[in-house]
Amino acid sequence: MSPEAGKRTSGGPARHQEGARRLAPARVLDVDPLLDDPQTRIVVCCGSGGVGKTTTAAALGLRAAERGRKVVVLTIDPARRLAQSMGIDSLDNTPRRVKGVDDSAGGELHAMMLDMKRTFDEIVEAHADADRAAAILGNPFYQSLSAGFAGTQEYMAMEKLGQLRSKDEWDLIVVDTPPSRSALDFLDAPKRLGSFLDGKLIRVLLAPAKVGGRAGMKFLNVGMSMMTGVLGKVLGGAFLKDVQTFVAAMDSMFGGFRTRADATYKLLQAPGTAFLVVAAPERDALREAAYFVQRLAAEDMPLAGLVLNRVHGSGADRLSAERALAAAENLEDPRIVDQDGGKAGVRNSPDTYGSSDSAEPTSGATPDAAPGSAPAPSPETTTSEAPTPETLTSETPRAEAASETPTPEAPGAAADTSAGTRASAPDAATARSVDALAAGLLRLHAERMHLLAREQRTRDRFTARHPEVAVTEVAALPGDVHDLAGLRDVGTRLATSLPELPEPGA
Amino acid sequence: MSRLQVVSGKGGTGKTTVAAALALALATEGKRALLVEVEGRQGIAQLFETEALPYEERKIAVAPGGGEVYALAIDAELALLDYLQMFYKLGSAGRALKKLGAIDFATTVAPGVRDVLLTGKACEAVRRKDRHGRFAYDYVVMDAPPTGRITRFLNVNDEVAGLAKVGPIHNQAQAVMRVLKSRETAVHLVTLLEEMPVQETADGIAELRAARLPVGRVVVNMVRPQVLDATDLERVRSTPRTALARSLSGAGLGGARRGGHAERLVDPLLAQAGEYGERYALEQEQRTVLTDLDLPLNELPLLTEGMDLAGLYELATELRKQGIA
Repeated sequence: MSPEAGKRTSGGPARHQEGARRLAPARVLDVDPLLDDPQTRIVVCCGSGGVGKTTTAAALGLRAAERGRKVVVLTIDPARRLAQSMGIDSLDNTPRRVKGVDDSAGGELHAMMLDMKRTFDEIVEAHADADRAAAILGNPFYQSLSAGFAGTQEYMAMEKLGQLRSKDEWDLIVVDTPPSRSALDFLDAPKRLGSFLDGKLIRVLLAPAKVGGRAGMKFLNVGMSMMTGVLGKVLGGAFLKDVQTFVAAMDSMFGGFRTRADATYKLLQAPGTAFLVVAAPERDALREAAYFVQRLAAEDMPLAGLVLNRVHGSGADRLSAERALAAAENLEDPRIVDQDGGKAGVRNSPDTYGSSDSAEPTSGATPDAAPGSAPAPSPETTTSEAPTPETLTSETPRAEAASETPTPEAPGAAADTSAGTRASAPDAATARSVDALAAGLLRLHAERMHLLAREQRTRDRFTARHPEVAVTEVAALPGDVHDLAGLRDVGTRLATSLPELPEPGA
Repeated sequence: MSRLQVVSGKGGTGKTTVAAALALALATEGKRALLVEVEGRQGIAQLFETEALPYEERKIAVAPGGGEVYALAIDAELALLDYLQMFYKLGSAGRALKKLGAIDFATTVAPGVRDVLLTGKACEAVRRKDRHGRFAYDYVVMDAPPTGRITRFLNVNDEVAGLAKVGPIHNQAQAVMRVLKSRETAVHLVTLLEEMPVQETADGIAELRAARLPVGRVVVNMVRPQVLDATDLERVRSTPRTALARSLSGAGLGGARRGGHAERLVDPLLAQAGEYGERYALEQEQRTVLTDLDLPLNELPLLTEGMDLAGLYELATELRKQGIA
């Protein structure tokens, strides 16, 4: 309402925000050295759904390629337009060279989208003779399993990663992980599938089929025969038979599955691998990220750091939300404007100019630095980028107002075109509409500051729990990324340790 | 109003929040609603600020007007053991199966068994009646898997009924499908006003329709308040910077001349307005895409203080106001 309201409220929360800023991450994740290091052979981007994992993976791949490395990006579920722009919208399960990449540094970017079923089929074809492969591929159980039930996608992503790595055609493989219900599925599923594939159950299922049905039952102990009996009852005899045939046909491949799953797992633990946990500054996403960080540590997997996407900044973060709202209310209050004919009442707002401009309402605001009197850079100008931004408290403008007092007297100050005149009726209307707009801008700013504070609180909670994790923040983009230019931009933001504030007019 | 309300949406759109708010809204005025979680994330417990939910229906909230919300986190493994116990009286044998890895197999690897159990349990709650022949729950709200998997998840019973051609799993699957494809069920999709979620919503609806699953509504979540409208954005372009600086100065924000506090606010404020304008245009575009889907469309506001229990009640009230519940 009144400027006093702003004065009262601006102190407390502002101090709180400054406090939050001091909790900056102990370590900053430096992306470029990671990408440039020839020792880095695999980067795995993981995190919960909807945090920009795929975009991050693609942007890292592009950046590494344009910095001279031969890169392949394995994506799972890219947005259609992004896939199209990279030329990987057709599913053929082999890496494609991406056009439009700056190869002046000698790098290349290849990309592929994972086709789960195809990957599974290829394993079968590669490891079984033609007849057996045909039997497996035609088995209804196999068809359901390979088409994507829980775990298959994660397993196949790992499988494909292992394949790409063993080809040794690329300097760097960047992997996007499946949009699982939880980020941990990516680590859990392969083990689960692996332990199933050479587990006891398989032996039980396998036994009757191998020895020819009922006759073989004698050789099994009673407990086991009961198991198959129960499974048969629950699932239906035909289904069980399908499973058994499938398992029998796959039998020769089990060793291979297990061995490769183990090999890929070891590959992930190897020094050439770097995990990046991707998150957004939201409670749920960071909670998932924290789980994942703990899990990676427990599994001895090398974590490079946290990519925090969609972080908001403000070029005017010294103006607190409370103060911006108070000022907006001030501008929108029609009573003041009407009473005093134009801006007079507002101009008299006490904490701005103190008493210096009370007599001549407009003149205080008019002098837009007369030509020649170049704006003497006030101390604040240079400190605007300072790490501990001061908030606009009521003291600061007053100090500034004092330094301005000589200017109104300067001849030629009124030469400013748009506001040199006294408020006539149309001018008053214009001023009101400008005030309304300024109020809107201030409300928008207040909203931004609230968002900023919330994001900081969320992030700080994570940092407090995991001070060892290096963080890079990526400034929020207004829209989605559809093309290489957009990816390049994200790459730059990834490599810049702190979010660049939006360029004016950009 | 359908008694089984399935809520899906792309990851990160807040489908759990919307499902919870919907359950609260439906329970208002003395009704009973069961909120079901199927993905084992304990998102409901976090939302209602309670300890992790067991595999047991328990009351977690009281809705305005004396209604009750119960919650259940369905655990596929326990559901299977339950089920075996129910049909086969398997006590120790169930444990033996577990030891053997059969339960693990059935609930994680075997195609669809897990999903059959999850949807089966939810449908059982829909059909359950008390001693007086009244439904145990007026509504069952399911926090379902994300849009990319929802059709497969709900349709799994069809698939399994095809795989297991006889036997109790087959029968169970058929019974579940009868509920899911009836008017008793409505599948809602939660989205944001962003390109990818909207695209996924459109794809998801096409898939659901192709599978003849009943599509309910599209709920746009976390809609940001409109601070500036098209006229304001036009004015942003036409208003001289100096005039803005003077206006800000007049509001008590410092000097208007170059280098003054108010003057230095102009550029960043205009930059923020520029971003806002860009996003505003993109949002309008996505809104058009959603409108073209020809489904009931609802919008829920972004809660500026972040999501908490109070916010959940706020969203529930909003849902009632919009006539969803």
